[in-house]
Amino acid sequence: MFEKLNYLTLQQYWWAIIALLGALLVFLLFVQGGQTLLYTLGKNDKERSLLVNSLGRKWEFTFTTLVTFGGAFFAAFPLFYSTSFSGAYWVWMVILFAFIIQAVSYEFRTKKNNFLGKRTYEVFLYINGLLATVFLGTAVSTFFTGSQFSVDKMNLVRLTGEKMPIISVWETPFHGLEAIWTLENLAFLQNIALGLAIFFLARTLALLYFQNSIDHTEIIKRTKKRLIIEASLFLVFFLFWLIRLLFLNGFAVNPDTQEVFLQANKYALNFIEMPVVLILFLIGVALVLWGLFISIVKNSENGIWYSGIGTVLTVFNLFLIAGYNNTAYYPSTFDLQSSLTIINSSSSKFTLMVMGYVSLMVPIVLGYIIFAWRKMNATKLTTTEIESDHHAY
Amino acid sequence: MEHIDWSLVNWSRAQFALTAMYHWLFVPITLGITFIIAIMETIYVKTNNPKWKEITKFWMGVFGINFAIGVATGIILEFEFGTNWSNYSWFVGDIFGAPLAIEGIMAFFMESTFIAIMFFGWNKVSKKTHLVSSWLVAVGSNLSGLWILVANGWMQNPVGMTFNPDTMRNEMTDFWEVLFNPVAINKFLHTIMSSYIVAAVFVVGISAWFLLKNREQYLAKRSIIVASIFGIFASIVTIASGDESAREVAKHQPMKFAAMEGLYDGQQSAPLVAIGFFGEKDPEVPNREEFAFELRIPNALSYLAFMDPDAFVPGIKDLVHGNEEQRIIPYEERIAKGKISIDALAAYKRAKKSGDEELAATQLQLFNDNFEHFGYGYYFGKDPHLLIPNVKLSFYSFHIMVILGTHFLLLFILLLYFMFKKKLPKMRWLLWIALWTIPLAFVATEAGWVVAEVGRQPWVIQDLMPSIAAVSQIDTYNVQITFFLFFAVFTALLIAEIKIMLTQIKKGTQH
Repeated sequence: MFEKLNYLTLQQYWWAIIALLGALLVFLLFVQGGQTLLYTLGKNDKERSLLVNSLGRKWEFTFTTLVTFGGAFFAAFPLFYSTSFSGAYWVWMVILFAFIIQAVSYEFRTKKNNFLGKRTYEVFLYINGLLATVFLGTAVSTFFTGSQFSVDKMNLVRLTGEKMPIISVWETPFHGLEAIWTLENLAFLQNIALGLAIFFLARTLALLYFQNSIDHTEIIKRTKKRLIIEASLFLVFFLFWLIRLLFLNGFAVNPDTQEVFLQANKYALNFIEMPVVLILFLIGVALVLWGLFISIVKNSENGIWYSGIGTVLTVFNLFLIAGYNNTAYYPSTFDLQSSLTIINSSSSKFTLMVMGYVSLMVPIVLGYIIFAWRKMNATKLTTTEIESDHHAY
Repeated sequence: MEHIDWSLVNWSRAQFALTAMYHWLFVPITLGITFIIAIMETIYVKTNNPKWKEITKFWMGVFGINFAIGVATGIILEFEFGTNWSNYSWFVGDIFGAPLAIEGIMAFFMESTFIAIMFFGWNKVSKKTHLVSSWLVAVGSNLSGLWILVANGWMQNPVGMTFNPDTMRNEMTDFWEVLFNPVAINKFLHTIMSSYIVAAVFVVGISAWFLLKNREQYLAKRSIIVASIFGIFASIVTIASGDESAREVAKHQPMKFAAMEGLYDGQQSAPLVAIGFFGEKDPEVPNREEFAFELRIPNALSYLAFMDPDAFVPGIKDLVHGNEEQRIIPYEERIAKGKISIDALAAYKRAKKSGDEELAATQLQLFNDNFEHFGYGYYFGKDPHLLIPNVKLSFYSFHIMVILGTHFLLLFILLLYFMFKKKLPKMRWLLWIALWTIPLAFVATEAGWVVAEVGRQPWVIQDLMPSIAAVSQIDTYNVQITFFLFFAVFTALLIAEIKIMLTQIKKGTQH
């Protein structure tokens, strides 16, 4: 079936898969958000253990989604993989270190003789929660504000050039960290705003997740109080970012020449020219708000499902306006023509086709994840269960 | 290319080696122990004997600690291809990215979903669902091994692709050729099975300690039986696939093969150096290492390499300087042809841009004619001896791996024999050997990777791309900082892991 698709359709299909993985990743960052709330919501060791254990059954999903997101990007858009990861070296390294220290923390935290002490592992969880969300948000914002790099494939055959035969070169020595102080077009404001928006979104979703999966009156009370603060902060930063985005000059691509140029209100235009994307995006935002509303006003514990699915829809469609409708999804402000588009950065048609068949496994994977989630969350987590489970974190 | 930044290349290599070797301390146990656990749980479900449930849970606890740090050290490896080997990621990402993505979709999700049921689902799902989950964790871990080893096998023997001069990269043309690459299949079998040996050594070693301490007799004896049988089976397949691997290396990577055996001068009916120690360097010839002591088996190397006791095995000298009789082209010539190929590609691109189709066609022809030497072109103007890997390191790693592999097989057989004779608990010397074999298993498995990766140097992709053309353009100090950060963080986590593991093991089955 994938043989029949043309090259552009395959590139768009794969951009949608990347968008889906990115969107799922943002939703699953609720684990990270929860890690930053352990001391806000848990007033003693028992309560904190309950929180850690309820997150501890889900952290691997976030981790695996991040790894798969990276792998899919590598397979489908290798030029992004090589340009962004090497160029924005420090941004990605910070994110990776944040995940390295997370992976051991659940398992090691309460174990005897754990060398660094319980508090250190809790600090690791906090660092992961803070840095992973803020940096991932900032990194995704540069998909709209641009970075300073150049790509020249001819470097590969320049044996006598000044530089090594390397095609992607980052043009600042700060390797991505400059995203938070780039003054041009006030990009730093935009980037930081999305970083903070994701941070507060993750905390908001974590509160909703706890309400759905923990049986503990005191903690649930605290989550309800906290939710209003976190959700408000999320909305402030997200709306600031979104409204500014609609007025930004975007990085458009001439479909005939593949030339990249700046176009006023490009992202607003993308919404208008792709009404389905706009509608799905608005449904996503509405679902996020509905989840918050039923939790705050109606005392419902199902807010996580509405806000979670809403988050996935919202982020998915934001990725689509970054890459579809003749837009450069990873723009270079140093050299416009080095900007990456889904056309110039993708794998070959053959590889995208092969990977198309691989993508058919995604529904199966989602299927067994849902099965496992339902089984594991059939009853809410209580302190009694943790105390009787010898493997509890 | 005087502008090559060797320190950047070397620090990038050092960082990859560091992170990969740390990661590999934890992977083999995960690969093997998940199956051992699944087998034990199967026995529990079949017999309904709660003792077997306790045994299963004990090893599961040990596995959990190991798994966490394996995951922590593993995430960086995938991303390092982008962060530190960006040119590589572009040049072959069209082929190499696919197995990594498939690994995520197919294997990692399976592993991480069912591991939650395995650890926390005892009272939440039925016995059968739990058992299936445990098996799926084992299958998932091993599937991830399959895909990453397919990727690595491809770096040793690139197949199923063609170079596209318009996109300036290699592109996949046959997925099945990549997957069923004979080097990849052998590599998979050899690596997975040798990992099972490590896990089996780990289980029998700890069980031996329990017997020495007169504790957990039930767990220890049964664990030794399961793990020894598992270990014997794994050893046999490891030896068979290792034998086949040697032939693949001789065929596709003759320089690695020569380095593994310290063979400087090629010869007919070549003997195998079973045990050897290097003495002084030969001052006359660069890179030549002389043996101070060696134990040779006549004709064995020729047989190992080509299944013919009289076959000619090329040595390092033949490969560098050529051997007309054996039709081996000297490196100087390959470098010159590689340079022609690179220049022709540049000329082709320029001609295309200016619309000169005729010139483009002739340059493309010239490029294609010399493409098999393409990677050598990056060594234009350099000493061809730079294309020789570290001989000592390759030789010693290879021999340590083989000698230890034999030791493991003998150990499993002895343990099993004396266990069935019911004499084992009294044979303290054998139990001590079993215990002290645990660190040796890690030495052997790490040595295996050193042979595979150091022996391939300076190539990232054999004959196609050298490491000097594969790195990312970053100032070296950045890589130095991350190198030491990784070193510090991974070492701290390793210490934590060992301390927790030892405490957990000492506790035995008491919760």
